[in-house]
Amino acid sequence: MIGFLTALVAIVRREAARFVNQRSRFFAALVRPLVWLVIFAAGFRAALGVSIIPPYQTYITYEVYILPGLCGMIQLFNGMQSSLSLVYDQEMGSMRLLLTSPLPRWWLLFCKLMAGVAVSILQVYAFLGIAALYGIQLPWEGYLLVFPALIVTGLMLGALGLLISSTVKQLENFAGVMNFVIFPMFFLSSALYPLWKMAESSELLRDICAWNPFTHAVELIRFSLYVTPNLWALTVVVLCFVVFFGLSLWGYDPARGLMRRKGG
Amino acid sequence: MSEALLLRDVSFRYGAKQALDGVSFAVPRGRFCALLGPNGAGKSTLFSLLTRLLVTREGDIRVAGHDMARAPRAALAKIGVVFQQPTLDLDMTVARNMAYFAALHGISGRAAQAQIDAALERLEMRERAGEKVRNLNGGHRRRMEIARALVHGPELLLLDEPTVGLDTASRLAITEHVHALAGGGLSVLWCTHLVDEIAPEDDVVVLHKGRVLAQKRASELAGGGTLQDAFMEMTGAGQGA
Repeated sequence: MIGFLTALVAIVRREAARFVNQRSRFFAALVRPLVWLVIFAAGFRAALGVSIIPPYQTYITYEVYILPGLCGMIQLFNGMQSSLSLVYDQEMGSMRLLLTSPLPRWWLLFCKLMAGVAVSILQVYAFLGIAALYGIQLPWEGYLLVFPALIVTGLMLGALGLLISSTVKQLENFAGVMNFVIFPMFFLSSALYPLWKMAESSELLRDICAWNPFTHAVELIRFSLYVTPNLWALTVVVLCFVVFFGLSLWGYDPARGLMRRKGG
Repeated sequence: MSEALLLRDVSFRYGAKQALDGVSFAVPRGRFCALLGPNGAGKSTLFSLLTRLLVTREGDIRVAGHDMARAPRAALAKIGVVFQQPTLDLDMTVARNMAYFAALHGISGRAAQAQIDAALERLEMRERAGEKVRNLNGGHRRRMEIARALVHGPELLLLDEPTVGLDTASRLAITEHVHALAGGGLSVLWCTHLVDEIAPEDDVVVLHKGRVLAQKRASELAGGGTLQDAFMEMTGAGQGA
């Protein structure tokens, strides 16, 4: 058991150190949601009214509405970036080093996921701090309660990235995958607009958004930030994590998946 | 005394293409064994099977008595691996790279530090522990990778064409270091297509088109001539170094 934890700590520390050392990546991760918050949301504030919907107790500004969605966006991009680094690791060989460790493969891949989650949580808290300075403040308990929620949502989005990395053969193919995953997931969700607002323009789009796992990740973050339980969102996120992670393990199984397709 | 590595009738195919066909050979404990084969002989596939990046249902692979199919974790714990492609984090120091690897084997703290120091010492790399890997030359990076593969105290060291891309002096140094490790009791399987890396007293397994053509002492294989000539005669002209 100590050996398992030793590996977990080492993998998380390595990923966190890499992230902190790559300052441009750190700033890019913060600038992206801040541009959405400060510029996009300011423009849309006048155009899009948000009525009182749970978990909010009163009318809110658009900036307040999209804040949880932007937290989710940070984790979505991070999950995909971790996935990108996994594809890179496969090409560069360091994934081989990881997979030849005598620890169980599921644990090693879980450690990789946790490393990505740790980095994404650092980013989210930095973003929430800047948002607070910008005037968007949340209940103090929300800052605490969102922590376990971010672990669960980060794991789900990271597992999705892991799944994608197990199917992508080369780094060059990754840009296309990003376009087909990140943008549809983000725009077809409740991150930018509430589902009832989406239904006003298209019932079908609303239904697609309601099926999107990212919607549930965003709602779990939103409700946690406002200290309100959302068991349905939690259940969907956990189930999606189990499915994505299970399929990833299948993809990385030496008897069936990745390495065999890649021809060793 | 059981073998450090034993393969019995190991076969593997990528779809319709037969990559390995009934491969059987053994690496006795404390021996330097060269797996010699031209490009495309199946060395990389075999290496992937030995490190469990691939698995096969055809044949048995045993590492220090542990069945790779039934007890893969026990078997992997006995193997030190040096891949053909470098697997180093260039922005970390030598010591941090080694510590990361030790942690992947569940070793940390003082035990890890002692084993890292000992492994670096064996490869005469201890004074470079604090240097960033990016600042090391190709030969030193390779030596560091070999030292790293020894951190967890393996019984079998696997090296997949470890001198690729190195200059002559570095190649010679790496080859001598690994022969010295075998002389110290470690079992070594050295995959190569370069006959000049093999000493007359080494064991040689010749792999060609997925089959083992011979397993003998290098001097026996060479007969009265050179190993190069014997190898080319067995596998066809134009191959080898």
